[in-house]
Amino acid sequence: MPKSPGSLNSINDRAAIVGIGQTEFSKESGRSELQLAAEASRAAIVDAGLEPSDIDGMITYTLDTSDELLLMRALGVPEINYWSRTPHGGVGANTTVLQAVAAVASGAARNVLIWRAFNERSGHRFGQPNAQQTPPGWNWYLPFGLDTPAKVYSLTFQRYMNRYGLTNEDFGRYTVVARKHAATNPNAWFYQRPITLEDHQASRWIVEPILRLLDCCQESDGGVALVITSAERARDLAQPAVRIASVVDSHLMNGHVMFNYYLEDHSQFAECASAGQRLWKSTGLSPKDMDAAMLYENFSPVVFMQLEGFGFCGPGEARDFIADGNIELTGQLPLNTHGGLLGEAYIHGMNNILEGVRQIRGTAVNQLTDPEHVLVGGGRGAMVLGRS
Amino acid sequence: MRVIAPTPDADDQYFWDGVARDELLLQRCADCHELRQPPAPMCPACSSLEWETQQASGQARVYSWIASGHPSDAAADARIVAVLDLEEGVRMVSNLVDVELDEVQHGLEVELTFVDYGDVRLPQFRPSAASTS
Repeated sequence: MPKSPGSLNSINDRAAIVGIGQTEFSKESGRSELQLAAEASRAAIVDAGLEPSDIDGMITYTLDTSDELLLMRALGVPEINYWSRTPHGGVGANTTVLQAVAAVASGAARNVLIWRAFNERSGHRFGQPNAQQTPPGWNWYLPFGLDTPAKVYSLTFQRYMNRYGLTNEDFGRYTVVARKHAATNPNAWFYQRPITLEDHQASRWIVEPILRLLDCCQESDGGVALVITSAERARDLAQPAVRIASVVDSHLMNGHVMFNYYLEDHSQFAECASAGQRLWKSTGLSPKDMDAAMLYENFSPVVFMQLEGFGFCGPGEARDFIADGNIELTGQLPLNTHGGLLGEAYIHGMNNILEGVRQIRGTAVNQLTDPEHVLVGGGRGAMVLGRS
Repeated sequence: MRVIAPTPDADDQYFWDGVARDELLLQRCADCHELRQPPAPMCPACSSLEWETQQASGQARVYSWIASGHPSDAAADARIVAVLDLEEGVRMVSNLVDVELDEVQHGLEVELTFVDYGDVRLPQFRPSAASTS
């Protein structure tokens, strides 16, 4: 049973996203990660109508290489009174917002800058079998051949496929939609480059018979940033404020961010289900109230498992949910309307939050008609964004 | 085949010492006797810091599996990596040997063997005598 979500009332609706910024998304930025962080952060601060001197809190991932103090010095932020970082990889996207909301709601900070910037294609590439020796905690995996994220996650995807009878072609139907959305998004690496299911099926195996190349997220260079402040202050700023109706994380004992092999049933995403229940209980909203969803997808099967985990469809039903057109722009739940991490860019999940903001503001390139609520899901956590 | 050696630490040195003797050792709480694999320095059931080991029977069933090749080098050696449900009720990741990929099924009964890959000895699993007869 998930813990009572009652305590979330103290952060629900208390904060808003008031500024977003980004660099271009590329395969070779030609500049430092610190510069990407500075450019994206500056853009978010300006977008909000704030000055660097208004920023008093800063949050990024533990994996980010940009030092807070060096970034302050680049941006001209004279003093901050709160900083924190979120563990692990893309799971941290949601957590950065949770930390910012908690900081703002508690009064620990007034205006929090969140950023994530890296040269993940031209610099250190996460998806490669990089390891020369076994890092701490990997003795149970690396010596046995689990040397890439694709393999690590496929061990759970295999059970999902096996249990519900999916094939790789089913996953391809997600990629086709993601690339269709990216094709009309000038920010997307795959702008004007849609694919067919045949293209997907012709791409090479990465982990046969589970993942093909086109099931894997991109490797991207780029930076994105957000500014979060209180719901009250948000009303006086430059942009229509995007209310954070709720934001939750869930991490379970015996779970693991990568090697999630020890919870009983791999065919269900237990952390996602728990996060979803907390979200719905604490807001009084339900999956049917969501007008769109931006779901983290380092690999396409994660979309299927999150659709089921968050309750958009039942266990094993994501295949038909997607095949029936529900995730198209005209469908019941338009999904990753910017193209997601497969189609737009892989900025560690943070760019999905920006698309949620644009949809609520009404400024997305693939703009939906007056969406009231958008779910941004990171697997082990999620937020609901809404109009103020 | 390129096998990266484990780097044992204070919490799992016992396991790799066991592997060197052809023993698959499971950590067990010395007070409440709950098994834990992978190991942990404290028992989540009773908080005891005292632990001992129990030799696994070596019988297991396949829970999930993948073929682990090099994503862009078709000539590289491929291994089958599997999540196994050990008879004792704990899980571990290992490799399947002496079996073709298309013969592997959920629930396939397998048994322990040890294989040396150069200087690296690993516990591995092959279809059990019962399942192949």
